[in-house]
Amino acid sequence: MQKLLLLGAEAIAQGAIDGGMSGVYAYPGTPSTEITEYVQHYELAKERNIHSKWSANEKTAMESGLGMSYAGKRAMVCMKHVGLNVAADAFMNSAITGTNGGLLVTVADDPSMHSSQNEQDSRYYGKFAQIPILEPSSQQEAYDMAYTGFQMSERLGVPILIRITTRLAHSRAAIERKQLLDQNEISLPSNPHQFVLLPNFARVQYKGLLNSFSGFIEDSETSPFNEYRDGSDKTLGILTCGLAYNYLMESFQDKPFNHPLLKIGQYPMPRKKVEKLLNECDEVLVLEDGYPMIEEVLKGYTAKENIKGRLDGSIPRDGELNPNIVAQALGFEEKKKETLLNDAELKEMIKARPPAMCTGCGHIDAYNALNEALSEYTVGRVFSDIGCYTLGALPPFNAINSCVDMGASITMAKGASDAGIVPAVAVIGDSTFTHSGMTGLIDVVNEKAPITILISDNFTAGMTGGQDSAALGKIEDICEGIGVDPAHIRVFVPMKKNHDEMVRIIREELSFEGVSVIIPRRQCIQTMRNVELNKRITELNLR
Amino acid sequence: MKTDIILAGVGGQGILSIAATIGMAALANNLHIKQAEVHGMSQRGGAVQSHFRLSSDPISSDLIPKGKADIILSVEPMEALRYLDFLKSDGWIVTNSTPFVNISNYPEIEIVLNKLKSRKNTIILDADSIAKELGSPRSSNIVILGAASPFIDLPFESLEAALRKIFLRKGEKIIQANIEALKAGKAFAEKR
Ligand SMILES: Cc1ncc(C[n+]2csc(CCOP(=O)(O)OP(=O)(O)O)c2C)c(N)n1
Repeated sequence: MQKLLLLGAEAIAQGAIDGGMSGVYAYPGTPSTEITEYVQHYELAKERNIHSKWSANEKTAMESGLGMSYAGKRAMVCMKHVGLNVAADAFMNSAITGTNGGLLVTVADDPSMHSSQNEQDSRYYGKFAQIPILEPSSQQEAYDMAYTGFQMSERLGVPILIRITTRLAHSRAAIERKQLLDQNEISLPSNPHQFVLLPNFARVQYKGLLNSFSGFIEDSETSPFNEYRDGSDKTLGILTCGLAYNYLMESFQDKPFNHPLLKIGQYPMPRKKVEKLLNECDEVLVLEDGYPMIEEVLKGYTAKENIKGRLDGSIPRDGELNPNIVAQALGFEEKKKETLLNDAELKEMIKARPPAMCTGCGHIDAYNALNEALSEYTVGRVFSDIGCYTLGALPPFNAINSCVDMGASITMAKGASDAGIVPAVAVIGDSTFTHSGMTGLIDVVNEKAPITILISDNFTAGMTGGQDSAALGKIEDICEGIGVDPAHIRVFVPMKKNHDEMVRIIREELSFEGVSVIIPRRQCIQTMRNVELNKRITELNLR
Repeated sequence: MKTDIILAGVGGQGILSIAATIGMAALANNLHIKQAEVHGMSQRGGAVQSHFRLSSDPISSDLIPKGKADIILSVEPMEALRYLDFLKSDGWIVTNSTPFVNISNYPEIEIVLNKLKSRKNTIILDADSIAKELGSPRSSNIVILGAASPFIDLPFESLEAALRKIFLRKGEKIIQANIEALKAGKAFAEKR
């Protein structure tokens, strides 16, 4: 069949479409966004009526995916690693309900935090939920795993976690497609209590999951994604997964590879193969992106002090792997090699170029006004959130004091005001507000907390590339519905010429001892040519 | 045959369209490709780079190891220096001379250019002016691709054909402008 040049993320989407998917559910988040966008723009997906609209957050996405699985059809849920924290309740319990139609949960980790608050390793969630995990080491494997993953989920009766990392998600290579499969017909679960997690039923379901676990290991033992290769040089055995395998092979470009090798692409780990490697080799080097999850397990398997990896310092404890780190762990390269960039003159010349808000961005005008209005108060009272406006933490603005997780601005401001920081201010974006800011607003309203909330509305999820915002045209109604006094819902257009008016409005609301919502509203300049969005903005009369 | 290229620039400067052009040309020549891109946060005016590997043999790593790149192709002079560690000692730098100044402490441009000039395998061109003279200021990135083309193991015609495909929907005028830009860049490099 034809070859396609695809990002790893896109390969997953293509594999899922070809594997008979009926719907993808997701909230954008780097580096997972391109999976859903690929389905959204793919003609065949439209023809096949595959659901691909964005969800309000990762939890609603996870639950919708589970609902589609309940109905017997194949669904995929996608998110970035921290999104799984938001979806965790639904995710953990989906392991107990199990699946009807195949269900894949694709989670993209971001080791080295290229675009994230942390580098948590989603494999622990798979382990926590006691379900199988697939981890591709190439774009082709990403395609193959998404394609066969639905059948695996249906065969084993549980959701399957697919774990990818930034480098795979955002690297392109050619892939070969398989035959396009039909979607499932609707069919209800044969056991009417399967999805009813009342304690009585849940205990039965959970026993079922525990009993299945040995089957999951058996499946791993024979999986084509777990490959054992014999080698004559048994002084060192190597266990790899994900992209680490490629870095390993890169290190042996110019020499023969004679070490016994276990390449893991499916968890739980294939016990027999792992034991074989440990028994055969004097030492074992573990190459894994993320936390030392496999390494920790191996240290429990064996009493010998012969496991090398992130825990004994052979590999840095944090950050993503790369070919140089792997070559160093193998002893092919010196660790503290003099680098060109140690040249002092050169070092002085290369300045950091951090990301910044775009010239002409409305958030900038909002921050300029907020900073001026706040100049009468002591510093340290602005809680913010995740989005382009988080860049207001950097100079010249230095406007915010927190960024923790989506939605945390409103609730942290509330806690701080409870502690006596009055007024406290929250700055949140429109997409983040409907993601998980609005639930916090209910707490604020119920207790009439004296906080001022800026919902900087640019009609889109800007940071992740301009995806649809679930909040479009609804923010005032939501706030009013939750109970904010309409007199304290203030809207303005953040532009230089409106600066004085903005400062005045913000000042008024800061001095009001109750809940205020201020909405600086202007379209994200990156979306100005989005015809579809412009049409909706006009229809909703937002300009 | 094997060419490892680091593409460098600032988010929004169009290094991904350079990558797309090389990618399409490489695919047409049945070469293996791996191309690691940067999406997300740093696309907002931050430093961005892409690792582009093409080879007649299968490629292992998506990332180029330090000290192994054949070319640094940069649309911005200071950004060309940022990835020097990746370049082979006899590798080439092909870079635009026009700085993209979105930070307050950008170094003296003369110092940056002198540093670049002090390396022997360096081609520095004012791609913005060349593109402007050709009447298509937006194709300065393609001018730089043209200047790097003699070092990339691909037939020049395949790059032209790739531009044709990429700009197909934009019409013949834009296609021609980009092909002219590609040729102008190549001519500049060959004069050197
Ligand atoms: C739980 C979680 N999901 C997704 C993301 C990725 N993410 C970061 S910012 C952002 C978009 C925010 O949009 P909005 O609040 O409208 O602000 P804007 O970027 O448009 O200023 C997303 C989806 C994340 N960091 N955490």
